[in-house]
Amino acid sequence: MSEKRIYLDHAATTPEHPEVVSAMAPYFSEIFGNPSSIHSFGQEARAAVESAREKIAALINAKKEEIVFTSGGTEADNFAIKGVAFANSKKGDHIITTPIEHHAVTEPCQFMKTLGYRVTYLPVDQYGTVSPEDVKKAITDKTILVSVMHANNEIGTIQPIEEIGKITKEAGVYFHSDAVQTAGAIPVDVEKMSVDLLSISAHKLYGPKGIGCLYIRKGTKIVPFMHGGGQEKNRRGSTENVPGIVGFGKAAELAIKELDERQQHLIPLRDRLIKGLQEKIDNALLNGHPTKRLPNNVSMCFEFIEGESMLLNLDMEGIAASTGSACSSATLEPSHVLLSIGRPHAIAHGSIRFSLGRMTTDRDIDTVLDVFPKIVDKLRKMSPLYKK
Amino acid sequence: MPAYSEKVMDHFKNPRNVGEMPDADGIGHIGNPVCGDIMELYIKVKDNILTDVKFKTFGCGAAIATSSMITELVKGKSLDEALKISNRAVVQALDGLPPAKLHCSVLAEDALKSAIDDYLKKTTGKGLPGFKPHEEHPPK
Repeated sequence: MSEKRIYLDHAATTPEHPEVVSAMAPYFSEIFGNPSSIHSFGQEARAAVESAREKIAALINAKKEEIVFTSGGTEADNFAIKGVAFANSKKGDHIITTPIEHHAVTEPCQFMKTLGYRVTYLPVDQYGTVSPEDVKKAITDKTILVSVMHANNEIGTIQPIEEIGKITKEAGVYFHSDAVQTAGAIPVDVEKMSVDLLSISAHKLYGPKGIGCLYIRKGTKIVPFMHGGGQEKNRRGSTENVPGIVGFGKAAELAIKELDERQQHLIPLRDRLIKGLQEKIDNALLNGHPTKRLPNNVSMCFEFIEGESMLLNLDMEGIAASTGSACSSATLEPSHVLLSIGRPHAIAHGSIRFSLGRMTTDRDIDTVLDVFPKIVDKLRKMSPLYKK
Repeated sequence: MPAYSEKVMDHFKNPRNVGEMPDADGIGHIGNPVCGDIMELYIKVKDNILTDVKFKTFGCGAAIATSSMITELVKGKSLDEALKISNRAVVQALDGLPPAKLHCSVLAEDALKSAIDDYLKKTTGKGLPGFKPHEEHPPK
């Protein structure tokens, strides 16, 4: 393994920003009070929580009281779907979503189906893009919620959320968007997007794990996710994760400050990696939209070889990436996202995702461009499917 | 990604007996692209002995390692001895496989049997008695 490891799996998680770590440090044993306590220990913690809430609201152009802290993105997605479905069951029983959502959305939708709700999965095109027209057509008088992710975690495609938002707003249907991959990566503005609910996870934007939030537009009918001590204005019981919230707040503040810089840094690196891999490797297919994609996402399929064996070889070279091949899953089904955009099974098994981050350098990209074609070549020589 | 034993990683990093065999006496072909594993196994037989064995595999780390290991285990053995080597023996020789990857060893066993079946059909006109590769991988 080379001396310096290269981490290109930022879509899975990011390292905490050093300023996040130092912002959190006092909140473990110095400022440790319970924000619900009325004594000064509690009030110091309360002040820190509310200040963080303001920063997170500012990141997405929301009002402070519309931010509800959760344990992360998965909880936020579960909260949005189940909470809205339960609270609006008198109005209707129909949920509209896409086949390429994160499991944190598809699984709650499947669960609601077992309770008698109906779920429509909209088609996506070859890039994984949802058509706003299709959203419009799918809405009925029984529709209570539309959930479309802001950008896809595997293939990076950014959805036309603003156009979809106009449609749901006009139809009077709640609109949820999973922004776990976009908050801190590209502009997220709940007003421009016309969303009623939006999920964020701190650890995807250089914040700590175990904390996230659900933006809930004022007036949205939703049942609490956890019933308990009345925290988060009765919407989510449980003593607040104060250090996590403080870290999340700091991460949001940094994201606002660095947003332009991050995009300007990542987009050229991303495009150089895609171009370089396609020049050096034949039968290398880009997954997702060529331009409407996350600044840090490089998702590609390399024909005739399988993803896990590419990953293992990359790991041996000190490079961390990810695959949509699920050779180790019980079903052996490759990624539902890759199948949904029309990749045949054999090709979907050969996918690799490199997701870049704020510390990724030109040299890192050079290393991948040097190392990876050799790995592909080695595996193709071993593959019965590859005939030169 | 599952945690593999050192033996698996060794066979994955340095697979033994990779390649095609233009003058093979028997060829086994198992798996399909849908499940993400395909093995091709080539054998050379002289006086009932497997004098050479080679493979080509499309698949994950475990698929490559089990292919490599089975070629090592059967090379130089008689056909009868080779047929006694089960998928379990392959797993054992690799110091184990993660549960989700056990199907790869079945694939390796089937690939070998399929190659011997092909050889017997070519030489005797009859295939390996009772041989029926698992239609589904992993076997249901």
